[in-house]
Amino acid sequence: MKAEAKLGFVLLLTPLLLWLVLLIFIPHIDMFLVSLRERVGVGKYETSLANYLTFFREPLYLWTFLRTAVMSTVATAITLLIAFPVSYYIAKIAKGRMQSALFLLCLIPFYVSELVRTFGWMILLRETGLVSNLLQWSGLVDQPVEMLYNDAAIMVGLVYTSMLFMVVPLVTTLESLDDSVIEAGYDLGGNAFSVMREIVIPHAAPGIVSGCIVVFMLSLGNYLTPTMLGGKDSLWFTQLIYSQFIVRFNWELGAAFGFMLLFLSSVIVWGMLRLTGQTLEKTMG
Amino acid sequence: MTPDLECVDLIRRFGETTAVDNVSFEVPAGSFFSILGPSGCGKTTIMRMIAGFLDPTSGDIRIKGKSMAGVAPNKRPVNMVFQHLALFPMMNIADNIGYGLRRKGMARAEIARKVDEALERIGLPGIGKRKVDELSGGQKQRVAIARCMVMEPDVLLLDEPLGALDLKLREHMKIELKALQAAFDTTFVYITHDQSEALVMSDQIAVMNKGVFEQVGTARELYYRPESAFVAGFVGDSNRWRGRIERIEGGEMEMRTESGLSMRGALHGRQLSAGDTADIFVRPEAIRVARSETELASFDNRISGTVSSLLFNGAASRVLVQGGDGGEQIEVTLPQSGEYATLSKGDPVHIGWSGEQGNCFPAGAA
Repeated sequence: MKAEAKLGFVLLLTPLLLWLVLLIFIPHIDMFLVSLRERVGVGKYETSLANYLTFFREPLYLWTFLRTAVMSTVATAITLLIAFPVSYYIAKIAKGRMQSALFLLCLIPFYVSELVRTFGWMILLRETGLVSNLLQWSGLVDQPVEMLYNDAAIMVGLVYTSMLFMVVPLVTTLESLDDSVIEAGYDLGGNAFSVMREIVIPHAAPGIVSGCIVVFMLSLGNYLTPTMLGGKDSLWFTQLIYSQFIVRFNWELGAAFGFMLLFLSSVIVWGMLRLTGQTLEKTMG
Repeated sequence: MTPDLECVDLIRRFGETTAVDNVSFEVPAGSFFSILGPSGCGKTTIMRMIAGFLDPTSGDIRIKGKSMAGVAPNKRPVNMVFQHLALFPMMNIADNIGYGLRRKGMARAEIARKVDEALERIGLPGIGKRKVDELSGGQKQRVAIARCMVMEPDVLLLDEPLGALDLKLREHMKIELKALQAAFDTTFVYITHDQSEALVMSDQIAVMNKGVFEQVGTARELYYRPESAFVAGFVGDSNRWRGRIERIEGGEMEMRTESGLSMRGALHGRQLSAGDTADIFVRPEAIRVARSETELASFDNRISGTVSSLLFNGAASRVLVQGGDGGEQIEVTLPQSGEYATLSKGDPVHIGWSGEQGNCFPAGAA
């Protein structure tokens, strides 16, 4: 019996281990080794930190790096600001069928691929697009307006893409808040603002943080949206990685960039957890 | 003196159903008032209307003489202890109790003093720094009451707060709640479906059924003199027979049950006449058991029969007695003074009760 249980345990664990080792550990270790190589001649390599030094010496790389981090943070904040009232409405105010219908509405855009969704935004925002035409028709502007290829367009796309990943954890945590706790808040003299600040938001904190982590990671690592809505020169860090690997065929520098991105996202997530007093176990459990 | 709480012709409808149907009552200052009723009778609806979470369809609620119509829950001088207590899990005990005072804009030092005072009062000094989930059920209960009492409300509402506790603790909390009410000297309005909670603690009890108050009175009045068949059946246990009234003489009456038993009873001023179909309720504890018929000579109802079943439950043990001339089994409380400890199934017994103890109502009332 005991041997059987052990066999069962091993069999259950195998897919996880295979997945971790083959798809996460090995590629990352390999990529890390690549990033530490310096090409000194044709087919000749030496181990050095040259690629990382290149990253720190070139202001454009650093600037792109910083810009990506700031834009992602802003996108996360905007997503949170929009998603919180939506989630609160779904979790606490809507009842029964209305609740599931609204939740489904949040989900439906994600039935379509990200590429198609982003093209949808391009149709709306481009020079000959819907918004531009509408503005001309209403007489507010007298010539076509180009609304694509700027930071605002990137922001719109990022927020739209990330919405669901913020709404889901928020709805889940808000639903677990007992209605009578909110009522008790009002009963003891609280108003809408103080109940929100002292009761609802502290309760939802793990959901807020886990939603923010996911949205932040998705924004930081997003390639499609910044490229399509912001144009090829929108200076998103993933574009740098892409161009090193594909355009310049400089895998060594691309790998180093990849590790810088991993490092950056880890530091920011860690900082966010420290700042809000949450732990990873609490937000993910 | 104006009553602390006054409900006037309160009606609340939900679509087609009327949850609260024309209820009026007054709760004098400093008293413990209970609303007792089965689940779904509308008692929670009344409570939520008093707290302000629901608006009455019509009628008025007055607290200390002031109408509460259009007053938001956070502006009412009432506080509520919720069924599952609804302590704020994200705050420690002191912050929980101090929450309402902070909302009032009281100074920090003053809040700390009041919180300590409240903790002292509920017998849990020094737990202010603890988290909510570190407390036991009974302690949480007391904290929930303290959280309301620091607000010094005119009326404290309690919505079945003992429901989640185990039996032993519940018995203990009944006494404690009554003591707390006396200590704080505040009007308590308590809703429950548990009659023993209501009977033990209340000064006045309203028995509610299907949206209306069946009777308002003291525990004794409800128990000894129920005004309706519903109250007779709901408060305490009863043997119940249906039959036809054969004779009425002054305050006395005689009826024959459908199973053929002849019974005497008192009218207690109720409107009944010969030939009516009626229900008679006799409590198991009002019936005396005896081994010989002579012991029961003073009772006007006597039946001889055999024990058909023993329901041993410690102090509340009962026997089911099957009468010799047929009819239903009669539930009788067994005295626990020792002489019936050896009673067993099939033993012959005699039972008797005074007609005074029965309560008779026109049939079909409930």
